[in-house]
Parts: sequence; C-alpha cells; structure tokens
Amino acid sequence: MSPILFWIFTALMLAFGTSVVLNRDPVASALSLVASFLCLSALFVGLDAFFIGVIQILVYAGAVMVLFLFIIMLLDLKAEKRRHFNRMTLVGGGAVAAGFVFELLHVLNSFSMGKSPFPPLGVSRLDDVRQVGITLFTQFNLPFQTVGVLILVASVGVIVLSRRELK
Amino acid sequence: MNPLTLNHYLLASGLLFSIGFAGVLLRRNIITIFMCLELMLNAANLSLVAFSRFHIGADGLPNYNAQVLVFFIITVAAAEVAVGLAIIVALYRARQTTHVEDLVSLKF
Repeated sequence: MSPILFWIFTALMLAFGTSVVLNRDPVASALSLVASFLCLSALFVGLDAFFIGVIQILVYAGAVMVLFLFIIMLLDLKAEKRRHFNRMTLVGGGAVAAGFVFELLHVLNSFSMGKSPFPPLGVSRLDDVRQVGITLFTQFNLPFQTVGVLILVASVGVIVLSRRELK
Repeated sequence: MNPLTLNHYLLASGLLFSIGFAGVLLRRNIITIFMCLELMLNAANLSLVAFSRFHIGADGLPNYNAQVLVFFIITVAAAEVAVGLAIIVALYRARQTTHVEDLVSLKF
C-alpha cells in the first residue's frame, strides 16, 4: 500500500472515530462509525487481506450498523441534552486513555521488529478468499461449527429477550 | 516518503482503540457506548491483519491463521451486537431511558 493512501485512510478513520465519541446525536454517531469502518476496510485491502476487507464492509458497515440504526429509530432517541458534565469522569477518562497512548508509544519505541518494512508477498496460485477458506475448513473446522452453534444460541436468546412480557 | 512498517499499523490500531476506550469511559448514552465497543474490537482486528501480513511464511504467503481469527471475531461481534441491542430494547421498555446514570439499581 502506498504510504500516502495509508496516511489518508488512517487520518479519516481516526477522525470519524473521534466524531463517533463527540457527536451528541446517536444517528450521526452511527453514520460516522460506518465511515470509520469503510476506511478501516480500505486499510485491510492495503494489507492484501481482501476477504477480510469485503466482509468488514458487508457484515459491519452493512448488517451490524443497519441493526444499530434500526434500534436507534425504534427507540426514537433524540440528541442528548447538554448535561452537566462530571468533571471527575472527564479527567479520569482522559487520563486513562492518554496513559494508554503513552504506554503504547513506549512499547512501540522498543519493539525493534516493528521498525522493518513489510516483506514482499510471494506469488500464489490461489486467490486470497480460497486461502482463507482452506485454512478455515482444514485447520479450524471445529471452531467454525462451534461458531454456528453460538449464532443459533444468540438468535434464540434475542427472540426470548424481545418477547413482550419478560418475567 | 519512508516505507510503511508494522509500527505504523500498530500505532493506528492503538489510537483507534484508545478513542473507543475514551468513548466508553466518557459517554453516558448506552448505545454510543456500545458503538465505541465496536471501535475497540475493530482496532484489535487491524493489528491482527497487520501481523498476518508481516509474518510471511516459507511459501511467501501471509499467515492466514490470523485472518481466520479476524473472521471469528467479526462473527462473534455480530452475534454480540444482536444480543446487546435486544437487551437495550428490553431495558428501554422497562425504564424508558438509555442513559447509564439513570440505571443504578441491579434489580427493578
């Protein structure tokens, strides 16, 4: 991936991510999150992970965010009123996040392997999706089927939760 | 311009994670908190894919185990969003609020 594209998409991704946090209107937050996910999938494609980039758009920007917007409209949430901000929360939350970034910079600075550029990719007979599929169905077959059971349990659970009378 | 290194991607992923983290700590709307959780999950995915591309195997291909892990994370996150939003809807029916400061009792 050319460095210019990387910087553009990273800056956009972080800017939209910040706007998710700062927007007071939940619909605007959700749409910023969609834009942030689109930039993230561009980064995935830049890392030659085409399948992951495509399912990032299809599953996240498509299905999951539509679910979010649907719930926001179902609950008819208005933009949050300007509440009195708890100063303690603001300072504490900001300090913890800043501490995390500081720690990260410290770790990355001493991580010598991360300072070498990406090695070139070999030529493959098979395309990216096929390789992921082969890995998934040969090495990770049991987890794959377990995830199917998990989704079944989740969908039954959602139906039980959204019934009218909860005891 | 300098070529891209693994650290660039790890830094981008870490910054995205800390944005989501700050959002979870600072925001009071439960749906926005949930969206910030999604940001944090995706930051983890970005670093996994970067490591997958960096770790070239003997055949010159990226390490596909990491991409399969990202696939599982996306699947589980989708299931988690469905259950979480159902809980939020049930909560809203009971209390008519999505504001975490109005939800201070465990049982009602």
